[in-house]
Amino acid sequence: MNLTLKIWRQHSPDEPGQMVKYHVKDVSPDMSFLEMLDVLNEGLILAGDDPVAFDHDCREGICGMCGMVINGVAHGEQKATTTCQLHMRHFKDGDVVTIEPWRAAPFPVIKDLVVDRSAFDRIIQAGGFVSVPAGAAPDAHAVPVPKGDADDAFDAATCIGCGACVAACPNGSASLFTGAKITHLGSLPQGRPERASRAKTMVEQMDLEGFGGCTNTGECTAVCPKGISLDVIARMNADFLKASR
Amino acid sequence: MKYREGEPIRDTKAPEGPIEERWEKRKFAARLVNPANKRKLSVIVVGTGLAGGSAAATLGELGYQVTSFCYQDSPRRAHSIAAQGGINAAKNYRGDGDSIYRLFYDTVKGGDFRARESNVYRLAQVSVNIIDQAVAQGVPFAREYGGLLDTRSFGGAQVSRTFYARGQTGQQLLLGAYQALERQIAAGTVTMHARHEMLELIVSDGRARGVVVRDMVTGEIESHLADAVVLATGGYGNVFFLSTNAKGCNTTAIWRAHRKGALFANPCYTQIHPTCIPVSGEYQSKLTLMSESLRNDGRVWVPLRKGDTRPPAAIPDDERDYYLERIYPAFGNLVPRDIASRAAKNVCDEGRGVGPGGLGVYLDFADAITRLGREAVEEKYGNLFEMYERITGEDPYAQPMRIYPAVHYTMGGLWVDYDLQSTVPGLFVVGEANFSDHGANRLGASALMQGLADGYFVLPATIGDYLADARDFGPVNEVSVAEAEIAVRDRIHRLLSVDGDRTADSYHRELGKLMWDYCGMERTEASLTKALERIPELREEFWRKVKVSGTNEELNQALERAGRVADFFDLAELMCLDALHRTESCGGHFRAESQDADGEALRDDEHFAYVAAWEHAPEGPVLHREDLAYEYVTMSQRSYK
Repeated sequence: MNLTLKIWRQHSPDEPGQMVKYHVKDVSPDMSFLEMLDVLNEGLILAGDDPVAFDHDCREGICGMCGMVINGVAHGEQKATTTCQLHMRHFKDGDVVTIEPWRAAPFPVIKDLVVDRSAFDRIIQAGGFVSVPAGAAPDAHAVPVPKGDADDAFDAATCIGCGACVAACPNGSASLFTGAKITHLGSLPQGRPERASRAKTMVEQMDLEGFGGCTNTGECTAVCPKGISLDVIARMNADFLKASR
Repeated sequence: MKYREGEPIRDTKAPEGPIEERWEKRKFAARLVNPANKRKLSVIVVGTGLAGGSAAATLGELGYQVTSFCYQDSPRRAHSIAAQGGINAAKNYRGDGDSIYRLFYDTVKGGDFRARESNVYRLAQVSVNIIDQAVAQGVPFAREYGGLLDTRSFGGAQVSRTFYARGQTGQQLLLGAYQALERQIAAGTVTMHARHEMLELIVSDGRARGVVVRDMVTGEIESHLADAVVLATGGYGNVFFLSTNAKGCNTTAIWRAHRKGALFANPCYTQIHPTCIPVSGEYQSKLTLMSESLRNDGRVWVPLRKGDTRPPAAIPDDERDYYLERIYPAFGNLVPRDIASRAAKNVCDEGRGVGPGGLGVYLDFADAITRLGREAVEEKYGNLFEMYERITGEDPYAQPMRIYPAVHYTMGGLWVDYDLQSTVPGLFVVGEANFSDHGANRLGASALMQGLADGYFVLPATIGDYLADARDFGPVNEVSVAEAEIAVRDRIHRLLSVDGDRTADSYHRELGKLMWDYCGMERTEASLTKALERIPELREEFWRKVKVSGTNEELNQALERAGRVADFFDLAELMCLDALHRTESCGGHFRAESQDADGEALRDDEHFAYVAAWEHAPEGPVLHREDLAYEYVTMSQRSYK
């Protein structure tokens, strides 16, 4: 199939960007979205043009490095799918596809589709861990964990930190990301001693980074490639309130 | 390509005595650094996967000043995150006869008797601490209704010792290490540099004292100095272009260290994983693994007769060949990876492969779904089935998966002693980047175990002994820093100024195909000789005709790739040379000339029971042999029948 792409090009953080039109020919339905961009870039390099910069690494939907807004939807319209796992069989000949970076003030554009998501790392630094140095751990069976709690923890822990939730949120909120970590660790006995302080410091850091507040629009969970539930935000708020009292 | 023989390696620094006491002995003998002095000592850690992330975090906890680098935008992205199936540990929570000794035995045997006994025993000992550590960090391992940890079986083992977190065990363990690392960053003990790629090692007065890195956003070339350097930069499977590695995985860090004096051990030991999604077209950019854990419940088969193009459901059971169950009744679908991969290749070579090009076999869950119910299968493997569906557009609940072997892991890597120190003093190597524990074939669920063993427990205990002398290291020689920086700038300048008419990716693809065809699942003297002719020709053409757009002083992904491909050429040559010199078959290294009557790998212990450690020299590689002695496990022909 042949496609028309409209891609956000921005050479550096300080320069203005614009949408630029490209045509790609003979796209196979079995290609992934990023493989289609690889083909475009090979052509651009040979023509001496600047290839489109985009982040990607594992290309199997788990590292969380890739992410672009495709036709207005973070990671594209396919449900529970990262950009790298989106395949061209979901497009048809003649389609016009717009491709933009995550847009949120705390995620400044570095180049083209590449944004700076280090704010997420700083939120984790603010308390997204259990304070247990190597070698200090008791036997793994010392504390049984009810299966339901372990499953809840896992469902939240599956977050890949891609930032689609922020890109989709009209407020640019990182509540789904932050709530997922608070829920993951707070659901487990090992994470409980720091549960209150964690919620407080992580939420404060999230605000400090310039992410917006949550108004329950649910756009985040709709685009989340791992299907993280809005419940994690409720839990974050509950833990935060308790900690702030 | 010619090589010459150098001095054999006689001392690996493993203590003498009963094997179960060696690690305790070493830890006790290692000198300690007092806490006040640790604050004055600095360590660079390159790479933030399971090994590098856990090492940086633990060294930070101990009080060293740590500087950590990764090429991704965050340390959480390192490719350990993609490991699916699980992590082995000799906990014997099942009471099914497991023990440290059995994990040790299985690993030595699985590695086809080409790993060091002392190292493997230590790995098995430490494995139990890893599970404790991960649970304490909040890693949400799978649990049973009683609240205890669940386990499953993996290839090459007859006990159930693999701990897992659905099909995302690597992700959860890496996030544990990442969170520990972020905690240290917040505490100020670790300084993190993401989007930085190591391009050169700084060796001053014979010691590794720093690295030259490129800031991948601004292009700035920076030197960072320290008292010791740890490389945790992963494997080099991407030399094949198509592999299950992440796109960014590369050999540059360890290859640069090799050029600066670190020996490279067993480069030809490559693991071809039997269960990957087959290639679908020429544009393919990477391959995706389907976890080995699927072989617990999936049955591997091909049609009994050649050229049978009926859809799988239309082929009755008696016209199917469940060839692993047929050939290896004792282990069935859970034979080690090298054996399962070759068996798949054999049935496809016979013309019984399925799917496009006949390069695939079925992995069928119909029996498991009938036996356990769809829900139970979904619970265990849901994310893998979903991933398969995304990529192929086929529903594996309704029809069998198609799978084919693909490059997955490299057992070879920089040579290290028992302390994980390379032949360059002060240069330590951990995780997949070193060669030490898996011999010629790694067992499933052992990579996560080794990475975390190295990073949480082994390196932090051994590096202090080296750093105890740091007072006497003296200042870093400025000339060595300047030379390293100049070398980096020159190479970048060279790549940018060729201005040819082929992209780096197109060369990488061609190199990868050549390696797959001539140095892949099956190797012969003729194929390797051919590869050794072709690689230098292709490399010469690369340096004459490659096209890299843009400049150094910007985010330039074309430049990043070209630099990595350039190093892959050199590594590929050494891999082929190593494969050519090792005329036996062992583990993942299958020389067609060396097989038994059943077509199984035939070792030659008389001539090849050694580690081949290669030294870089201007006139050609120099081979140093480290003889392998087996005091505990009797060397035997592996049998999984």
